[in-house]
Amino acid sequence: MKKGTFALLLTTLALLLTAPAWAADTIKIGFNIPLTGDIPKVGESSKLSAEMLKADINGAGGLDVGGKKYMLEFIYEDNEAKAESAVTTALKLIEKDQVLAMIGPNSSKQAVPAGQVADDNQTVMISPWSTNPDTTYDRPWVFRAAFLDPFQGPVAVNFAVKTFHAKTAAVLYDLSNDYSKGLAEIFRDVFEKKMGKGTVLAFESHGTKDQDFSAQLTKIIATKPDFIFVPDNYNQVALIVPQARKLGYKGEFMGSDAWGSSELMTLCGDDCKGLHFSTHYAAAGAKGATKEFIDRYTKKYGYTPDDVAALTWDATRVVLKGIQNAGKLTGKLRRDRKAVRDGIAAIKSFAGITGNMKFDEQGDPVKCAVVVQISQKGDFEFKESVCPE
Amino acid sequence: MLASILQNVINALQWGSFYALIALGYTLVYGVLTLINFAHGDIFMVGAYIAFFVASFALTTLGMPGWAALALTIPATMVLTSLVGVTLERIAYRPLRRKGAHRLYVVITALMAGLILENGNLAILGASRKAFPPLIHETVYTIGGVSFTNLKIAVIISAFLVFAFLHWVVTRTRVGMAMRAISYDKFAVPLMGIPMDNIIVVTFVLGSAFAGLAGILFAMSYPVLEPYMGALIGWKAFIAAVVGGIGDIRGAFIGGFLLGAVEIMVVAFFPSTFRDLIAFTVLLAILTWKPTGLFGVAKTTKI
Repeated sequence: MKKGTFALLLTTLALLLTAPAWAADTIKIGFNIPLTGDIPKVGESSKLSAEMLKADINGAGGLDVGGKKYMLEFIYEDNEAKAESAVTTALKLIEKDQVLAMIGPNSSKQAVPAGQVADDNQTVMISPWSTNPDTTYDRPWVFRAAFLDPFQGPVAVNFAVKTFHAKTAAVLYDLSNDYSKGLAEIFRDVFEKKMGKGTVLAFESHGTKDQDFSAQLTKIIATKPDFIFVPDNYNQVALIVPQARKLGYKGEFMGSDAWGSSELMTLCGDDCKGLHFSTHYAAAGAKGATKEFIDRYTKKYGYTPDDVAALTWDATRVVLKGIQNAGKLTGKLRRDRKAVRDGIAAIKSFAGITGNMKFDEQGDPVKCAVVVQISQKGDFEFKESVCPE
Repeated sequence: MLASILQNVINALQWGSFYALIALGYTLVYGVLTLINFAHGDIFMVGAYIAFFVASFALTTLGMPGWAALALTIPATMVLTSLVGVTLERIAYRPLRRKGAHRLYVVITALMAGLILENGNLAILGASRKAFPPLIHETVYTIGGVSFTNLKIAVIISAFLVFAFLHWVVTRTRVGMAMRAISYDKFAVPLMGIPMDNIIVVTFVLGSAFAGLAGILFAMSYPVLEPYMGALIGWKAFIAAVVGGIGDIRGAFIGGFLLGAVEIMVVAFFPSTFRDLIAFTVLLAILTWKPTGLFGVAKTTKI
């Protein structure tokens, strides 16, 4: 009995001693994503996409950094789609889990505050989906894989003016969401600059937890706009569009990339068919590496990957490329994090499945946007592509 | 302009109906037990989910047409939701009452029960939202620039019918008389041979059943369900009940419509960013002017 206990103790000790040796051969990357809260599908897409990438690389024996193979370890933490939780999640990943780099948060509401934490703690963060300029602005440690709202706003304006022959517009946005508010303001400014002052007839807001938008919509519909711009998360879009229809509105809507979830159509149903929104990629009719990704994801998980899934794939690959660019890892976290940051900053151009991108001095990619139309079958169909001039 | 005002009156009546239906549950339980049942908003959420499962079952497994599914869903949801309410009373509130715990502890238990319902739902059903299946075809009628649907009218009529029914129960039936008696003096009532526990169960049955009804109507009007949907609307309905004078059925009903109207009208006439600020300032002003609420009476019989 005594011998048995001793043997057990010895094995435990041996395990403890070897543990750091294993740790040296793994690369830990943290994911700060919304697995619960308002937009759970966004977190799920990110996680599933990352799992697929991890399986690819670990299945091939690990990531090759300077001639040495490292296994990947992904840590998924839930930020509940809340700004304050995103901050604590970022701190936990950076300090407790000692990750080499952090992917996410996805939406700007969480990415803006979490970006500050990452920058202060000198840890690389890359947001797959955040489009608000503040996420990366003056933060050398923060990068992103998505285009920016100052680019997306004009895309929506130009598309609506050209396609709907719109002369007037109305906006409904979420006041407590940085993304929605920022994009709404950019849209208003660009539209009024193009079509003349006062052509945005109504500029209405709502709260994140609101379910009834009838008063705002009544006000908007009374001004008879040519179309309504709704830069909102898909869960709210699924309430706003049907309610507008029930108030007798028959006109057009224009949406933004936060519409692009695979859950939009299950929640919204027929009312959303035929509408347009700007986004990062279109799954229907994709070619090459994008098509390959879509087919594998669909086969593995049973539904078409949304833009978050594709962007997470790209963002994670950018980080891995940055790690490889770093040349070698020393095992000293602070020094390695710096090397990874420099490695990502050194990426000249990157061929992602959401398009080719170059990073500018703010860590923002310069890439094209697409406008998709929701088909009668509920697919997001490519309508046109808009690239930065 | 006139069309727009009339449109907002309809909007306010529909939105206020939900507050009123939920506020009635708060006020009934408070009137009888002087207990603020903070889990009530989450019982409303449970009602909406039960309606979702019953309706999906009726539509897909039983293959019923929409109207038949609705006819089945309404009573089934009301019965099942009242079972949840009664279970809550049985396992959370009654033991505390037996032990003579202070009201404060019962209120905290209610808050916790609400959190358990929310997070239990999250753990069991996951974070993804549920889309409520359309049960009836919603037709949009437009008369002179004012649009309304058959569902909106049904919601408003239901709220008034429920109010009339509850008012009748409380003022005209023996059970109602017993409820008023308990609220008047809960120590003398058992001595008169009134089965107090049974009356309290009836109170929870009524309150939860109508929260369940509110759940169905809400799910039909706003067909995106999530585990936390009951929290905010529950809080606001509670505020509505307080402004109306908690413990008074008329108060809860009018308070619900008042809050709905203030919220909608603020958006209609001010920038929408000011909605909650102005709405709750108005309510605060009412309470400052009349601390017991519009119909409340200080420390006497309620309900």
